[in-house]
Amino acid sequence: MGDYILLAVGAILVNNILLIQYLGNCPFLGTSKSMDNATGMAMAVVFVLALAGIVTWIFEAVFLKPLGLEYMRTIVFIVVIAALVQFVEIFMKKSMPALYAGLGIFLPLITTNCAVMGVCLINIKEEYNFLEMLVSSIAYPAGFGLALILFAGLRERIIIGRVPGPLQDVSIALVTAGFMSLSFLGFKGMI
Amino acid sequence: MAKTIVQEFTKGLWEEIPPFRLVLGLCPVLAVTKTVANGVGMGVAATFVLVCSNILVSALRNIIPSQVRVPCFIIIIATFVVVVELVMQAVAYPLFLQLGIFIPLIVVNCIILGRAEAFASKNPPVASIADGLGIGVGFTIALGALAGIREAFGAGTISVPFSDTVIQLFGPSFQPFTFMVEAPGAFVCLGLVLAIMNLIGK
Repeated sequence: MGDYILLAVGAILVNNILLIQYLGNCPFLGTSKSMDNATGMAMAVVFVLALAGIVTWIFEAVFLKPLGLEYMRTIVFIVVIAALVQFVEIFMKKSMPALYAGLGIFLPLITTNCAVMGVCLINIKEEYNFLEMLVSSIAYPAGFGLALILFAGLRERIIIGRVPGPLQDVSIALVTAGFMSLSFLGFKGMI
Repeated sequence: MAKTIVQEFTKGLWEEIPPFRLVLGLCPVLAVTKTVANGVGMGVAATFVLVCSNILVSALRNIIPSQVRVPCFIIIIATFVVVVELVMQAVAYPLFLQLGIFIPLIVVNCIILGRAEAFASKNPPVASIADGLGIGVGFTIALGALAGIREAFGAGTISVPFSDTVIQLFGPSFQPFTFMVEAPGAFVCLGLVLAIMNLIGK
């Protein structure tokens, strides 16, 4: 049990996927201008990544590894993720219209979110067993959500403030992200 | 015609240089720019994928139905990423290990999908090659430059791409500014380079 908690804390704080592992930075800058968008994106990533982690892990264990097709991993994973996102979108539209209204526009963007693909690849690379994979597929996107929502809070303030001309918009956002990353680096001693 | 192809090529070098003008594909930019060798290696790999996928997308642009074009583009890109992965494993294994999961992640690099969607699916193959090459070379230069800044301050060295040579920039008493090669340095450095680009551009 202790190992799983350690893995979860490690994934959320110590190896934060956005700020320490640099995955998923396009949506990080793209959707952090308003709190609503950031929350929506964070929820959508948690939802899709938990599913994608399970599905890609099963694909690896059932098809790729026994058949010796590991070199096809990239193609298979991206197709699986794209199909999964499409499926989730259709399913949500039919049966969970309220949730779809909230997350709908973020779902297509997730296919090209490197955080999703990245965590699926990390799960395979670290040779996690099923439970460890489940923990990591939930903890990594939780860390993504945490960083994204915190950052959106900061960015809403920055937009109101007076920023020097050349630093405006993305530039100041990146510098801010840098200092957030510095504070997350402080968790390094925890594990 | 010749003039426009040159223009397609050169726009990637300054006007639309990713990731500075087009703020896309930031993950590899931040992650692999610890050393110049890694940065340039990544840039070359991405350029290869970009040019090849541009050629194929543009050649098939009248065959692919527009409703399913994005999945088709992704599969085309993924194919070339696998090619790069296998070639790199064979000829540049240390670099392959250094870049790690960022090689398969070229497939979700928004620049490549973005060029397929915005340019190659609407233009003939020759112009698409020029566009892909221009954007790719621009991306490589950007990665190399950013990596140069980070490596010079963070480690006091410049590693020459595609060889094992490492040039020492400063004397033996140099204290490395480790912040620059850690995660926060990547964000701050990219942010400041972007600000400088804005300053020059205006």
